[in-house]
Amino acid sequence: MRAIEITGLSKEYAVGFWKKQRRPALKSLNLTVEAGETFGFLGPNGAGKTTTLKLLMGIIFPTAGSATILGRDASDPEVKRKIGFLPEQPYFYDYLSAPELLDYYARLSGVSAAARKQRIGELLEQVGLSDVGNKQLRKFSKGMLQRVGIAQAIIHDPEVIFLDEPMSGLDPVGRHEVRELIQGLKDAGKTIFFSTHILSDAEALCDRVAVIHKGELRGVGVVNDFHSAVAEQTEVIWLGASAVAAVTGLLTESHITGETVRVTVPSANLDRLLETLRQQRARLISVAPIHGTLEDYFLARTREEQKEAVR
Amino acid sequence: MTSRLSAITWNTFREAVRDRILYNLVFFVLLLVASAPLFSQISIGLERLMLVNVGLSSISLIGVVITILVGIGLVSKEIEKKTLYTILSRPVRRWEFIAGKYLGLLLTLVVNAALMTVGFYVALLIFVGSLKRADAGLLVAIYFILLQFMIMVAITLLFSTFSTPVFSAIFAFALFVIGAFGEDLKNFATLSHGITKWLALAAAYIMPNFASLNVIARVAHDERVSMQLVAFNTIYALLYSLAVVTAAVMIFERRNLK
Repeated sequence: MRAIEITGLSKEYAVGFWKKQRRPALKSLNLTVEAGETFGFLGPNGAGKTTTLKLLMGIIFPTAGSATILGRDASDPEVKRKIGFLPEQPYFYDYLSAPELLDYYARLSGVSAAARKQRIGELLEQVGLSDVGNKQLRKFSKGMLQRVGIAQAIIHDPEVIFLDEPMSGLDPVGRHEVRELIQGLKDAGKTIFFSTHILSDAEALCDRVAVIHKGELRGVGVVNDFHSAVAEQTEVIWLGASAVAAVTGLLTESHITGETVRVTVPSANLDRLLETLRQQRARLISVAPIHGTLEDYFLARTREEQKEAVR
Repeated sequence: MTSRLSAITWNTFREAVRDRILYNLVFFVLLLVASAPLFSQISIGLERLMLVNVGLSSISLIGVVITILVGIGLVSKEIEKKTLYTILSRPVRRWEFIAGKYLGLLLTLVVNAALMTVGFYVALLIFVGSLKRADAGLLVAIYFILLQFMIMVAITLLFSTFSTPVFSAIFAFALFVIGAFGEDLKNFATLSHGITKWLALAAAYIMPNFASLNVIARVAHDERVSMQLVAFNTIYALLYSLAVVTAAVMIFERRNLK
Protein backbone atom coordinates (compact mmCIF):
# COMPACT_ATOMS: atom_id res chain seq x y z
CA MET A 1 0.00 0.00 0.00
CA ARG A 2 1.18 3.49 -0.81
CA ALA A 3 1.53 5.71 2.23
CA ILE A 4 2.28 8.88 0.26
CA GLU A 5 1.59 9.65 -3.37
CA ILE A 6 2.59 13.00 -4.80
CA THR A 7 1.52 13.88 -8.34
CA GLY A 8 2.76 16.92 -10.23
CA LEU A 9 3.04 18.96 -7.06
CA SER A 10 4.26 22.49 -7.81
CA LYS A 11 4.64 25.68 -5.88
CA GLU A 12 5.43 29.14 -7.17
CA TYR A 13 5.83 32.24 -5.06
CA ALA A 14 4.98 35.72 -6.25
CA VAL A 15 8.00 37.94 -5.66
CA GLY A 16 9.04 41.53 -6.25
CA PHE A 17 7.44 44.75 -5.05
CA TRP A 18 4.31 44.29 -7.20
CA LYS A 19 4.34 40.51 -6.74
CA LYS A 20 4.29 40.07 -10.50
CA GLN A 21 7.36 37.87 -10.84
CA ARG A 22 6.97 34.15 -10.20
CA ARG A 23 9.69 32.17 -8.43
CA PRO A 24 9.26 28.40 -8.60
CA ALA A 25 10.05 26.65 -5.32
CA LEU A 26 8.92 23.19 -6.42
CA LYS A 27 8.57 21.96 -9.99
CA SER A 28 6.06 19.20 -10.72
CA LEU A 29 7.15 16.70 -8.10
CA ASN A 30 6.10 13.06 -8.58
CA LEU A 31 6.92 10.70 -5.74
CA THR A 32 5.54 7.64 -4.00
CA VAL A 33 6.42 6.22 -0.61
CA GLU A 34 5.29 2.74 0.38
CA ALA A 35 3.81 1.96 3.78
CA GLY A 36 6.44 0.99 6.32
CA GLU A 37 9.26 2.61 4.36
CA THR A 38 11.81 5.00 5.77
CA PHE A 39 12.19 7.51 2.98
CA GLY A 40 14.91 10.13 2.84
CA PHE A 41 14.27 13.38 1.03
CA LEU A 42 17.67 14.80 0.26
CA GLY A 43 18.85 18.09 -1.06
CA PRO A 44 20.94 21.12 -0.20
CA ASN A 45 19.44 24.06 1.65
CA GLY A 46 16.85 25.81 -0.51
CA ALA A 47 16.26 22.74 -2.71
CA GLY A 48 12.52 22.54 -2.00
CA LYS A 49 12.42 19.97 0.81
CA THR A 50 10.66 22.15 3.37
CA THR A 51 8.31 23.50 0.69
CA THR A 52 7.26 19.93 -0.10
CA LEU A 53 6.62 19.18 3.57
CA LYS A 54 4.68 22.41 4.06
CA LEU A 55 2.50 21.50 1.09
CA LEU A 56 1.85 18.04 2.48
CA MET A 57 0.96 19.49 5.89
CA GLY A 58 -1.43 22.10 4.45
CA ILE A 59 0.67 25.00 5.70
CA ILE A 60 0.95 26.39 2.18
CA PHE A 61 -1.20 25.65 -0.87
CA PRO A 62 0.08 24.18 -4.15
CA THR A 63 0.09 26.09 -7.42
CA ALA A 64 -0.60 22.79 -9.19
CA GLY A 65 -0.72 19.08 -8.50
CA SER A 66 -2.00 16.98 -5.65
CA ALA A 67 -0.89 14.69 -2.85
CA THR A 68 -2.53 11.80 -1.05
CA ILE A 69 -1.55 10.29 2.27
CA LEU A 70 -2.86 6.82 3.13
CA GLY A 71 -5.10 7.00 0.07
CA ARG A 72 -6.88 10.25 0.97
CA ASP A 73 -6.25 13.85 0.02
CA ALA A 74 -3.48 15.30 2.17
CA SER A 75 -5.74 18.14 3.35
CA ASP A 76 -8.41 15.74 4.68
CA PRO A 77 -8.67 16.20 8.48
CA GLU A 78 -9.09 12.42 8.81
CA VAL A 79 -5.63 11.99 7.29
CA LYS A 80 -4.19 14.43 9.79
CA ARG A 81 -5.24 12.15 12.64
CA LYS A 82 -2.87 9.57 11.20
CA ILE A 83 0.19 11.69 10.54
CA GLY A 84 2.80 13.33 12.73
CA PHE A 85 5.07 16.23 11.83
CA LEU A 86 8.29 17.63 13.24
CA PRO A 87 9.20 20.97 11.57
CA GLU A 88 12.76 22.10 10.99
CA GLN A 89 14.30 23.75 14.05
CA PRO A 90 10.99 23.74 15.85
CA TYR A 91 9.95 26.31 18.40
CA PHE A 92 7.40 25.28 20.97
CA TYR A 93 5.36 27.27 23.46
CA ASP A 94 8.19 27.87 25.89
CA TYR A 95 5.92 28.82 28.78
CA LEU A 96 4.68 25.20 28.89
CA SER A 97 6.30 22.18 30.46
CA ALA A 98 6.90 19.06 28.35
CA PRO A 99 3.84 17.20 29.77
CA GLU A 100 1.64 20.29 29.23
CA LEU A 101 2.82 20.66 25.64
CA LEU A 102 2.22 17.02 24.87
CA ASP A 103 -1.21 17.18 26.50
CA TYR A 104 -2.11 20.19 24.35
CA TYR A 105 -1.07 18.49 21.11
CA ALA A 106 -2.77 15.25 22.14
CA ARG A 107 -6.02 17.13 22.68
CA LEU A 108 -5.70 18.74 19.27
CA SER A 109 -5.21 15.29 17.77
CA GLY A 110 -8.31 13.93 19.47
CA VAL A 111 -6.63 11.63 22.03
CA SER A 112 -8.96 10.87 24.93
CA ALA A 113 -8.18 12.18 28.43
CA ALA A 114 -7.46 8.72 29.85
CA ALA A 115 -5.20 7.75 26.95
CA ARG A 116 -3.39 11.10 27.10
CA LYS A 117 -2.14 10.64 30.63
CA GLN A 118 -0.75 7.19 29.97
CA ARG A 119 0.70 8.08 26.57
CA ILE A 120 2.48 11.21 27.82
CA GLY A 121 4.22 9.24 30.57
CA GLU A 122 5.27 6.52 28.13
CA LEU A 123 6.53 8.97 25.54
CA LEU A 124 8.56 11.08 27.94
CA GLU A 125 10.20 7.86 29.06
CA GLN A 126 10.80 6.83 25.44
CA VAL A 127 12.50 10.10 24.51
CA GLY A 128 14.50 10.19 27.73
CA LEU A 129 12.71 13.14 29.33
CA SER A 130 10.89 11.39 32.15
CA ASP A 131 12.81 13.36 34.76
CA VAL A 132 12.12 16.90 33.47
CA GLY A 133 9.04 17.36 35.65
CA ASN A 134 7.32 20.69 35.23
CA LYS A 135 10.37 22.57 33.97
CA GLN A 136 9.33 25.07 31.30
CA LEU A 137 10.56 24.44 27.76
CA ARG A 138 12.43 27.76 27.76
CA LYS A 139 14.96 26.06 30.03
CA PHE A 140 15.48 23.10 27.69
CA SER A 141 18.62 22.50 25.61
CA LYS A 142 18.33 22.18 21.83
CA GLY A 143 18.68 18.41 21.98
CA MET A 144 15.94 18.17 24.63
CA LEU A 145 13.67 20.35 22.51
CA GLN A 146 14.23 18.12 19.50
CA ARG A 147 13.25 15.11 21.59
CA VAL A 148 10.12 16.92 22.76
CA GLY A 149 9.52 17.70 19.08
CA ILE A 150 9.66 14.03 18.15
CA ALA A 151 7.40 13.21 21.10
CA GLN A 152 4.75 15.70 19.95
CA ALA A 153 4.93 14.27 16.43
CA ILE A 154 4.06 10.77 17.69
CA ILE A 155 1.86 11.58 20.71
CA HIS A 156 -1.22 10.33 18.83
CA ASP A 157 0.53 7.20 17.53
CA PRO A 158 0.44 8.22 13.85
CA GLU A 159 0.98 5.83 10.95
CA VAL A 160 3.06 8.22 8.86
CA ILE A 161 5.66 10.53 10.39
CA PHE A 162 7.17 13.52 8.59
CA LEU A 163 10.43 14.89 9.95
CA ASP A 164 12.02 18.03 8.53
CA GLU A 165 15.78 18.07 9.11
CA PRO A 166 15.45 16.22 12.43
CA MET A 167 19.20 16.27 13.14
CA SER A 168 19.82 19.84 12.08
CA GLY A 169 21.74 21.95 14.57
CA LEU A 170 22.34 19.10 17.01
CA ASP A 171 25.70 18.11 18.47
CA PRO A 172 26.97 14.56 17.78
CA VAL A 173 25.36 13.22 20.97
CA GLY A 174 22.03 14.83 20.13
CA ARG A 175 22.20 13.50 16.58
CA HIS A 176 22.88 10.01 17.84
CA GLU A 177 19.92 10.20 20.23
CA VAL A 178 17.54 11.41 17.54
CA ARG A 179 18.83 8.78 15.14
CA GLU A 180 18.11 6.12 17.74
CA LEU A 181 14.58 7.45 18.16
CA ILE A 182 13.95 7.33 14.41
CA GLN A 183 15.39 3.83 14.27
CA GLY A 184 12.92 2.87 17.03
CA LEU A 185 10.01 4.23 14.99
CA LYS A 186 11.28 2.40 11.95
CA ASP A 187 11.47 -0.84 13.93
CA ALA A 188 7.87 -0.22 15.07
CA GLY A 189 6.82 -0.34 11.42
CA LYS A 190 5.99 3.34 10.98
CA THR A 191 6.28 5.03 7.60
CA ILE A 192 8.88 7.77 7.97
CA PHE A 193 9.46 10.56 5.48
CA PHE A 194 12.35 12.71 6.49
CA SER A 195 14.18 15.49 4.80
CA THR A 196 17.82 16.08 5.43
CA HIS A 197 20.95 17.51 3.96
CA ILE A 198 23.08 15.32 6.26
CA LEU A 199 23.72 12.41 3.98
CA SER A 200 25.20 10.03 6.52
CA ASP A 201 21.90 10.12 8.42
CA ALA A 202 20.01 9.15 5.29
CA GLU A 203 22.49 6.39 4.56
CA ALA A 204 22.14 5.01 8.05
CA LEU A 205 18.34 5.06 8.25
CA CYS A 206 16.68 5.09 4.85
CA ASP A 207 15.31 2.28 2.71
CA ARG A 208 14.98 4.63 -0.24
CA VAL A 209 15.97 8.19 -0.91
CA ALA A 210 15.03 10.92 -3.36
CA VAL A 211 17.31 13.77 -4.31
CA ILE A 212 15.85 17.18 -4.99
CA HIS A 213 17.76 20.20 -6.21
CA LYS A 214 16.48 23.64 -7.20
CA GLY A 215 12.89 22.45 -6.81
CA GLU A 216 13.33 19.50 -9.19
CA LEU A 217 13.52 15.82 -8.42
CA ARG A 218 16.90 14.49 -9.60
CA GLY A 219 16.63 10.84 -8.67
CA VAL A 220 14.84 8.26 -6.55
CA GLY A 221 16.13 4.87 -5.54
CA VAL A 222 17.44 2.59 -2.85
CA VAL A 223 20.62 3.83 -1.23
CA ASN A 224 22.72 1.18 -3.03
CA ASP A 225 21.50 2.51 -6.39
CA PHE A 226 23.01 5.83 -5.53
CA HIS A 227 26.24 4.19 -4.44
CA SER A 228 26.55 2.40 -7.74
CA ALA A 229 25.65 5.54 -9.63
CA VAL A 230 28.83 7.08 -8.32
CA ALA A 231 31.93 5.86 -10.15
CA GLU A 232 33.77 3.44 -7.81
CA GLN A 233 37.31 4.40 -7.04
CA THR A 234 40.26 2.47 -5.61
CA GLU A 235 43.10 3.81 -3.54
CA VAL A 236 46.50 2.32 -4.39
CA ILE A 237 49.74 2.93 -2.51
CA TRP A 238 53.19 1.81 -3.68
CA LEU A 239 56.88 2.56 -3.33
CA GLY A 240 58.63 3.85 -6.44
CA ALA A 241 58.02 7.42 -7.55
CA SER A 242 59.59 6.76 -10.96
CA ALA A 243 56.59 4.65 -11.98
CA VAL A 244 54.19 7.58 -11.77
CA ALA A 245 55.06 8.92 -15.22
CA ALA A 246 53.97 5.65 -16.83
CA VAL A 247 50.51 5.63 -15.20
CA THR A 248 49.52 9.32 -15.03
CA GLY A 249 46.77 8.93 -17.66
CA LEU A 250 45.00 6.29 -15.59
CA LEU A 251 44.71 8.23 -12.33
CA THR A 252 42.09 10.49 -10.78
CA GLU A 253 44.56 12.05 -8.37
CA SER A 254 48.00 11.35 -6.92
CA HIS A 255 50.18 12.34 -3.97
CA ILE A 256 53.90 11.68 -3.81
CA THR A 257 55.88 11.80 -0.55
CA GLY A 258 59.51 10.82 -1.19
CA GLU A 259 59.28 7.34 -2.75
CA THR A 260 55.76 6.68 -1.42
CA VAL A 261 53.01 7.24 -3.97
CA ARG A 262 49.29 7.31 -3.08
CA VAL A 263 46.80 7.53 -5.91
CA THR A 264 43.09 7.10 -6.55
CA VAL A 265 42.11 5.35 -9.71
CA PRO A 266 38.73 4.58 -11.31
CA SER A 267 37.99 0.89 -10.73
CA ALA A 268 37.85 0.37 -14.51
CA ASN A 269 41.54 1.36 -14.78
CA LEU A 270 42.70 -0.71 -11.80
CA ASP A 271 43.89 -3.78 -13.75
CA ARG A 272 45.92 -1.70 -16.19
CA LEU A 273 47.46 0.26 -13.32
CA LEU A 274 48.49 -2.87 -11.41
CA GLU A 275 49.90 -4.42 -14.61
CA THR A 276 51.95 -1.31 -15.37
CA LEU A 277 53.24 -1.11 -11.76
CA ARG A 278 54.35 -4.76 -12.02
CA GLN A 279 56.21 -3.98 -15.24
CA GLN A 280 57.80 -0.93 -13.58
CA ARG A 281 58.81 -3.15 -10.60
CA ALA A 282 57.14 -0.83 -8.12
CA ARG A 283 56.58 -2.31 -4.65
CA LEU A 284 52.85 -2.46 -3.94
CA ILE A 285 51.78 -1.56 -0.37
CA SER A 286 47.99 -1.48 -0.47
CA VAL A 287 44.95 -1.63 -2.75
CA ALA A 288 41.69 -0.47 -1.09
CA PRO A 289 38.31 0.25 -2.70
CA ILE A 290 36.66 3.61 -1.95
CA HIS A 291 32.88 3.32 -1.95
CA GLY A 292 30.92 6.16 -3.42
CA THR A 293 28.70 7.85 -0.90
CA LEU A 294 25.45 9.73 -1.27
CA GLU A 295 27.53 12.81 -0.74
CA ASP A 296 29.58 11.99 -3.85
CA TYR A 297 26.35 11.53 -5.79
CA PHE A 298 25.03 14.73 -4.41
CA LEU A 299 28.17 16.70 -5.25
CA ALA A 300 28.40 15.12 -8.69
CA ARG A 301 24.84 16.16 -9.53
CA THR A 302 25.40 19.66 -8.19
CA ARG A 303 28.59 20.01 -10.26
CA GLU A 304 26.75 18.82 -13.38
CA GLU A 305 24.15 21.49 -12.70
CA GLN A 306 26.78 24.18 -12.41
CA LYS A 307 28.45 23.08 -15.64
CA GLU A 308 25.14 23.16 -17.49
CA ALA A 309 24.44 26.61 -16.10
CA VAL A 310 27.83 27.86 -17.35
CA ARG A 311 27.10 26.47 -20.84
CA MET B 1 -14.32 20.23 17.42
CA THR B 2 -15.24 21.40 20.95
CA SER B 3 -12.17 19.74 22.42
CA ARG B 4 -9.85 21.37 19.88
CA LEU B 5 -11.49 24.77 20.28
CA SER B 6 -11.34 24.62 24.07
CA ALA B 7 -7.72 23.42 23.92
CA ILE B 8 -6.68 26.44 21.81
CA THR B 9 -8.77 28.81 23.95
CA TRP B 10 -7.28 27.49 27.17
CA ASN B 11 -3.73 27.60 25.80
CA THR B 12 -4.16 31.23 24.68
CA PHE B 13 -5.44 32.15 28.13
CA ARG B 14 -2.60 30.23 29.80
CA GLU B 15 -0.02 32.02 27.64
CA ALA B 16 -1.37 35.43 28.64
CA VAL B 17 -1.39 34.50 32.33
CA ARG B 18 2.14 33.07 32.21
CA ASP B 19 3.35 36.11 30.30
CA ARG B 20 2.30 38.00 33.45
CA ILE B 21 -0.47 39.92 31.73
CA LEU B 22 -2.46 39.87 34.94
CA TYR B 23 0.30 41.89 36.63
CA ASN B 24 -1.58 44.92 35.29
CA LEU B 25 -3.99 44.34 38.18
CA VAL B 26 -1.27 45.53 40.55
CA PHE B 27 -1.03 48.71 38.48
CA PHE B 28 -4.81 49.11 38.71
CA VAL B 29 -4.82 48.77 42.51
CA LEU B 30 -1.88 51.17 42.82
CA LEU B 31 -3.76 53.67 40.64
CA LEU B 32 -6.81 53.52 42.90
CA VAL B 33 -4.72 53.78 46.07
CA ALA B 34 -2.69 56.68 44.65
CA SER B 35 -5.93 58.49 43.82
CA ALA B 36 -7.09 58.25 47.46
CA PRO B 37 -5.60 61.56 48.68
CA LEU B 38 -7.30 63.22 45.74
CA PHE B 39 -10.69 61.83 46.71
CA SER B 40 -10.33 63.04 50.30
CA GLN B 41 -9.82 66.61 49.08
CA ILE B 42 -13.00 66.61 47.06
CA SER B 43 -16.25 67.68 48.68
CA ILE B 44 -18.52 64.96 50.02
CA GLY B 45 -20.63 63.36 47.33
CA LEU B 46 -18.17 63.99 44.51
CA GLU B 47 -15.67 61.39 45.62
CA ARG B 48 -17.94 58.59 44.37
CA LEU B 49 -18.33 60.31 41.01
CA MET B 50 -14.56 60.68 40.78
CA LEU B 51 -13.88 57.08 41.79
CA VAL B 52 -16.42 55.66 39.34
CA ASN B 53 -14.93 57.67 36.49
CA VAL B 54 -11.33 56.80 37.33
CA GLY B 55 -12.10 53.14 38.12
CA LEU B 56 -14.28 52.30 35.13
CA SER B 57 -12.18 54.29 32.66
CA SER B 58 -9.10 52.43 33.90
CA ILE B 59 -10.81 49.04 33.48
CA SER B 60 -11.69 50.02 29.91
CA LEU B 61 -8.34 51.55 28.97
CA ILE B 62 -6.17 48.85 30.55
CA GLY B 63 -8.30 46.21 28.80
CA VAL B 64 -7.91 47.91 25.43
CA VAL B 65 -4.14 48.21 25.91
CA ILE B 66 -3.93 44.49 26.78
CA THR B 67 -6.12 43.66 23.78
CA ILE B 68 -3.81 45.52 21.43
CA LEU B 69 -0.57 44.28 22.99
CA VAL B 70 -1.63 40.64 23.04
CA GLY B 71 -4.02 40.65 20.09
CA ILE B 72 -1.54 41.89 17.49
CA GLY B 73 0.61 38.80 18.04
CA LEU B 74 -2.21 36.27 18.33
CA VAL B 75 -1.70 34.89 14.82
CA SER B 76 1.41 36.67 13.51
CA LYS B 77 3.55 35.41 16.40
CA GLU B 78 2.42 31.84 15.76
CA ILE B 79 3.38 32.22 12.11
CA GLU B 80 6.70 33.88 12.87
CA LYS B 81 7.70 31.32 15.47
CA LYS B 82 6.29 28.49 13.36
CA THR B 83 4.27 27.07 16.24
CA LEU B 84 1.37 27.01 13.78
CA TYR B 85 3.11 24.29 11.77
CA THR B 86 2.59 21.70 14.47
CA ILE B 87 -1.03 22.80 14.90
CA LEU B 88 -2.14 22.87 11.28
CA SER B 89 -0.55 19.45 10.68
CA ARG B 90 -3.19 18.09 13.07
CA PRO B 91 -6.91 17.76 12.44
CA VAL B 92 -7.39 21.42 13.34
CA ARG B 93 -9.36 23.55 10.89
CA ARG B 94 -8.01 27.01 10.31
CA TRP B 95 -11.27 28.59 11.49
CA GLU B 96 -11.01 26.62 14.74
CA PHE B 97 -7.59 28.12 15.35
CA ILE B 98 -8.86 31.66 14.78
CA ALA B 99 -11.97 31.11 16.91
CA GLY B 100 -9.90 29.53 19.69
CA LYS B 101 -7.46 32.43 19.69
CA TYR B 102 -10.34 34.91 19.81
CA LEU B 103 -12.06 33.17 22.71
CA GLY B 104 -8.76 32.74 24.57
CA LEU B 105 -7.94 36.44 24.57
CA LEU B 106 -11.53 37.32 25.39
CA LEU B 107 -11.43 34.93 28.35
CA THR B 108 -8.24 36.63 29.54
CA LEU B 109 -9.91 40.03 29.36
CA VAL B 110 -13.07 38.84 31.10
CA VAL B 111 -11.08 37.35 33.98
CA ASN B 112 -8.95 40.49 34.15
CA ALA B 113 -12.01 42.76 34.15
CA ALA B 114 -13.76 40.57 36.74
CA LEU B 115 -10.80 40.88 39.13
CA MET B 116 -10.61 44.63 38.50
CA THR B 117 -14.32 44.92 39.17
CA VAL B 118 -13.89 43.27 42.56
CA GLY B 119 -11.02 45.69 43.30
CA PHE B 120 -13.14 48.59 42.13
CA TYR B 121 -16.05 47.71 44.45
CA VAL B 122 -13.67 47.23 47.38
CA ALA B 123 -12.24 50.69 46.66
CA LEU B 124 -15.75 52.10 46.49
CA LEU B 125 -16.53 50.58 49.86
CA ILE B 126 -13.34 51.94 51.42
CA PHE B 127 -13.37 55.46 50.01
CA VAL B 128 -17.12 56.16 49.97
CA GLY B 129 -17.88 54.22 53.12
CA SER B 130 -20.79 52.15 51.92
CA LEU B 131 -22.32 50.57 48.85
CA LYS B 132 -25.79 51.63 47.74
CA ARG B 133 -28.34 50.01 45.49
CA ALA B 134 -27.43 52.27 42.55
CA ASP B 135 -23.88 50.93 42.63
CA ALA B 136 -25.18 47.69 41.13
CA GLY B 137 -26.04 49.77 38.04
CA LEU B 138 -22.32 50.30 37.52
CA LEU B 139 -22.16 46.69 36.34
CA VAL B 140 -23.99 47.74 33.17
CA ALA B 141 -21.06 50.01 32.29
CA ILE B 142 -18.66 47.14 32.97
CA TYR B 143 -20.77 44.85 30.78
CA PHE B 144 -20.53 47.41 27.98
CA ILE B 145 -16.77 47.55 28.49
CA LEU B 146 -16.71 43.78 27.94
CA LEU B 147 -18.71 44.26 24.72
CA GLN B 148 -16.09 46.80 23.70
CA PHE B 149 -13.39 44.17 24.33
CA MET B 150 -15.30 41.68 22.15
CA ILE B 151 -15.06 44.06 19.22
CA MET B 152 -11.47 45.16 19.88
CA VAL B 153 -10.23 41.55 20.15
CA ALA B 154 -11.88 40.77 16.81
CA ILE B 155 -10.26 43.83 15.20
CA THR B 156 -6.74 43.11 16.47
CA LEU B 157 -7.13 39.46 15.49
CA LEU B 158 -8.14 40.49 11.97
CA PHE B 159 -5.05 42.67 11.57
CA SER B 160 -2.89 39.94 13.05
CA THR B 161 -3.87 37.55 10.24
CA PHE B 162 -2.28 39.66 7.51
CA SER B 163 -0.19 42.46 8.99
CA THR B 164 2.94 42.91 11.05
CA PRO B 165 2.54 43.50 14.81
CA VAL B 166 3.59 47.16 14.54
CA PHE B 167 1.09 48.00 11.80
CA SER B 168 -1.59 45.92 13.52
CA ALA B 169 -1.11 47.96 16.69
CA ILE B 170 -1.30 51.24 14.78
CA PHE B 171 -4.42 50.19 12.82
CA ALA B 172 -6.18 48.77 15.88
CA PHE B 173 -5.46 51.83 18.01
CA ALA B 174 -6.58 54.13 15.19
CA LEU B 175 -9.87 52.23 14.91
CA PHE B 176 -10.34 52.43 18.67
CA VAL B 177 -9.90 56.20 18.62
CA ILE B 178 -12.18 56.61 15.59
CA GLY B 179 -14.75 54.33 17.22
CA ALA B 180 -14.68 56.37 20.41
CA PHE B 181 -15.78 59.35 18.33
CA GLY B 182 -18.37 57.34 16.38
CA GLU B 183 -21.26 59.62 17.33
CA ASP B 184 -19.29 62.71 16.23
CA LEU B 185 -18.76 61.07 12.86
CA LYS B 186 -22.52 60.62 12.50
CA ASN B 187 -23.12 64.23 13.54
CA PHE B 188 -20.56 65.38 11.00
CA ALA B 189 -22.39 63.37 8.31
CA THR B 190 -25.70 65.07 9.07
CA LEU B 191 -24.08 68.48 8.75
CA SER B 192 -22.25 67.63 5.50
CA HIS B 193 -23.47 67.56 1.93
CA GLY B 194 -22.84 65.53 -1.23
CA ILE B 195 -20.10 62.92 -1.35
CA THR B 196 -18.63 64.01 2.00
CA LYS B 197 -21.94 63.24 3.69
CA TRP B 198 -22.07 59.73 2.22
CA LEU B 199 -18.43 59.03 2.96
CA ALA B 200 -18.81 60.18 6.57
CA LEU B 201 -22.01 58.18 6.94
CA ALA B 202 -20.39 55.05 5.47
CA ALA B 203 -17.40 55.47 7.76
CA ALA B 204 -19.69 55.97 10.77
CA TYR B 205 -21.45 52.68 10.10
CA ILE B 206 -18.38 50.66 9.10
CA MET B 207 -16.21 51.82 12.00
CA PRO B 208 -16.94 50.27 15.38
CA ASN B 209 -19.19 52.51 17.47
CA PHE B 210 -17.50 52.57 20.86
CA ALA B 211 -19.23 55.81 21.82
CA SER B 212 -22.56 54.06 22.38
CA LEU B 213 -20.77 51.46 24.49
CA ASN B 214 -19.42 54.09 26.85
CA VAL B 215 -21.96 54.86 29.59
CA ILE B 216 -19.43 55.53 32.35
CA ALA B 217 -20.43 59.20 32.76
CA ARG B 218 -24.11 58.26 32.86
CA VAL B 219 -23.81 55.54 35.52
CA ALA B 220 -21.50 57.78 37.54
CA HIS B 221 -24.41 60.19 37.79
CA ASP B 222 -26.76 57.32 38.73
CA GLU B 223 -28.56 57.57 35.41
CA ARG B 224 -30.39 54.38 34.51
CA VAL B 225 -29.39 52.63 31.29
CA SER B 226 -32.42 51.31 29.40
CA MET B 227 -32.78 47.59 28.70
CA GLN B 228 -33.34 48.55 25.08
CA LEU B 229 -29.82 49.97 24.87
CA VAL B 230 -28.42 46.91 26.64
CA ALA B 231 -30.13 44.63 24.11
CA PHE B 232 -29.13 46.81 21.15
CA ASN B 233 -25.48 47.04 22.22
CA THR B 234 -25.32 43.30 22.90
CA ILE B 235 -26.64 42.44 19.44
CA TYR B 236 -24.43 45.11 17.85
CA ALA B 237 -21.26 43.81 19.54
CA LEU B 238 -22.08 40.20 18.71
CA LEU B 239 -22.79 40.89 15.05
CA TYR B 240 -19.85 43.26 14.60
CA SER B 241 -17.42 40.80 16.22
CA LEU B 242 -18.82 37.92 14.21
CA ALA B 243 -18.39 39.86 10.96
CA VAL B 244 -14.80 40.83 11.80
CA VAL B 245 -13.83 37.33 12.97
CA THR B 246 -15.39 35.90 9.80
CA ALA B 247 -13.24 38.29 7.74
CA ALA B 248 -10.19 37.13 9.73
CA VAL B 249 -11.06 33.48 9.03
CA MET B 250 -11.54 34.18 5.30
CA ILE B 251 -8.12 35.81 5.06
CA PHE B 252 -6.43 33.13 7.14
CA GLU B 253 -8.06 30.26 5.19
CA ARG B 254 -6.32 31.44 2.02
CA ARG B 255 -3.02 32.44 3.51
CA ASN B 256 0.23 30.67 2.66
CA LEU B 257 2.17 30.52 5.91
CA LYS B 258 5.76 30.95 4.78
